[in-house]
Amino acid sequence: MSCCDTTPGYDELDEVSRLVSTKLAAFLRTLRDNGFAVGLHEGRDAASLMAAGYAARPGLLRSAFKHLFSARKADWEKFDGLFDAFWLGKRVRSRSVTMGSAKSANSPSLKSLRDTRAEPSGSEAATDQVPSTDEAPENRAGEGRMEGASRAENLSEIDFRKMADPEQIEQAHAVAARLAKAMRARLTRRDQARRRGYRLDLRRTIHSNISHGGVPISLIKRRRKPKPLRLVVLLDASGSMSMYTGVFLRFIHGVLDEFREAEAFLFHTRLAYVSDAMKEKDSARALDRLSIMAQGAGGGTRIGESLQTFNRWHAARVIHSRSCVMIVSDGYETGDAALLGREMAALAKRCRRIVWLNPMLGWQGYAPEAAGIKAALPHIDLYAPANTLQSLCALEPYLAKL
Amino acid sequence: MKRSEEENASAMKTREDIATALAASGYIADAELATAISLMQLLKRPLLLEGEAGVGKTEVAKALAAAHATELIRLQCYEGLDQSAALYEWNYQRQLLSIQAHRGEDADAIEHQIFSEKYLLERPLLAAIRRDKPPVLLIDEIDRADDEFEAFLLELLSDFQVSIPELGTIKAVTIPHVVLTSNGTRELSDALRRRCLYHYVDYPDVDREARIIMARIENAGASLSLQIARLVEGIRKEELRKVPGVAETLDWAAALVGLGVRDLHDTPELVHETLMCLLKTHEDRSRVTREVSERLLGKVA
Repeated sequence: MSCCDTTPGYDELDEVSRLVSTKLAAFLRTLRDNGFAVGLHEGRDAASLMAAGYAARPGLLRSAFKHLFSARKADWEKFDGLFDAFWLGKRVRSRSVTMGSAKSANSPSLKSLRDTRAEPSGSEAATDQVPSTDEAPENRAGEGRMEGASRAENLSEIDFRKMADPEQIEQAHAVAARLAKAMRARLTRRDQARRRGYRLDLRRTIHSNISHGGVPISLIKRRRKPKPLRLVVLLDASGSMSMYTGVFLRFIHGVLDEFREAEAFLFHTRLAYVSDAMKEKDSARALDRLSIMAQGAGGGTRIGESLQTFNRWHAARVIHSRSCVMIVSDGYETGDAALLGREMAALAKRCRRIVWLNPMLGWQGYAPEAAGIKAALPHIDLYAPANTLQSLCALEPYLAKL
Repeated sequence: MKRSEEENASAMKTREDIATALAASGYIADAELATAISLMQLLKRPLLLEGEAGVGKTEVAKALAAAHATELIRLQCYEGLDQSAALYEWNYQRQLLSIQAHRGEDADAIEHQIFSEKYLLERPLLAAIRRDKPPVLLIDEIDRADDEFEAFLLELLSDFQVSIPELGTIKAVTIPHVVLTSNGTRELSDALRRRCLYHYVDYPDVDREARIIMARIENAGASLSLQIARLVEGIRKEELRKVPGVAETLDWAAALVGLGVRDLHDTPELVHETLMCLLKTHEDRSRVTREVSERLLGKVA
């Protein structure tokens, strides 16, 4: 308060030479390209900061700009590198932000994915792909593979491009939308049943009863607004699940769009946070980001370790008391089954409900014999089969009851 | 050019001033935080502090208020926080009394009377914009409030005026220094983030933590403080469910000083037993066994 009470006027802004303004504008553009939410207002503030003498030393300017332009922790960590690269000409040292994501970002398939896909989506993209149906296991990663746990870390990738089929995306969205509606309605009723009467809105009551001399004859009540349920989906993308990964990825896409609050994770030998990537508006970019994160998909499964990562790094942020966690996995654990049991117990303490959807359960003669699923079963509220969108639809009444 | 140099000097002076003023009120700030606060004053923007629980986000606001020698108005957010708890409320009891007392008079006149300043209860947000001297407004744990409240707050923070339907628009007398804190339990809206300056508060490094202990705990010697800070750093690197924050460190330091410990190596037993100040879950407590605490202590010079 003591130093600069006046906001810088135009004469002061003139001191920022034209050259510097152009450079600043270019820097803002760089920031925008890197996902910073920077508007005109920030640009004006940045100019006035430079005029106010913050540009004296690079360190000071960096620190000042960092506070101004960053909006979240990811930005905060990325900023120094971007600043140095732009203003000081140093190389950017990129830092992976997502916990459990692949360590190196330059996967060879990233390039090939870009090259083979000229158009992100639409009719052209649809024609050069075989339209896959949900029932038929067409995923090449699944061919010639025995269903069961595998310890190998398969570095080849699941073909996420099938996600771009508009018809199936629409179908997945429809299922997710129905589910969202059913689960929300159910939660609202629970909320009301638990409430002991309605709260009285004193302010409005008095106001409307002035004509009665202040005697509260007509009462005005308030009801609590029902809160939406948050759905957190953890999808097993390991080799044994490869036939179903595509289906559930589409479903997750629908869930992220239709639920007011939803988060998605992918796990195999590691856990990857995919909500941000899947919410990306540019579909080609979304696929790129997803395929980077899914490195190692199609290999073995370490459910326990993935859940541990989830509990340690993501649970506090992602889960609240109205969260439902949906795990989609066959329960073939290649890691420590006891660890899985412990982590499931920890997770059950945090969230409202745990649903475990197991594609294998639909098979005739399948019994939950795998060590992993045995360890997890005591903590699960609903254990149900699901391998196609249709079977997900069939589950709707059960899911709605949660 | 000369002018910009002068301003530069004043900006620098302020930044150092800020750091010393904060230190005087018991908060050891790093250079970046001092920059953030000087920016906050220059640009008149709110400051959003994010970080783990217990790294001293709330303390920043308290120290800032002490440094400005002004009042700290705190709004603790929680789920279901609404306007009547955050902004203003009418004093219903007095209104009812007044209506009874003026029974039989003109209804319009009564209405006019009971919806006047006299019957208005200030809540933190309204109080903050009506002080003569700009206070520090601390909006604590904004992530606990719901989206609707966030949107409402955004409006207040951009216009600094409040409209009360019965009374009209109340404009800010002074613009408060606004500090928001968030633990990241919920993602905040982009709009709110854009309004604010952002600062991520991390766990302090050993040197800063030692200085914090010395500033806060009486009779804590330099060597003991450094030992405590080093040990806490070691504990933070263990796989814990709840990583101890600065507040826990201070508790522990106070406990050790209170028990008359001069050097941690003299009393390994006591160190292990007082670890309850740092470890707050049963799981963590059982993980840090006597061997672990001795190993950690061994690493502390």
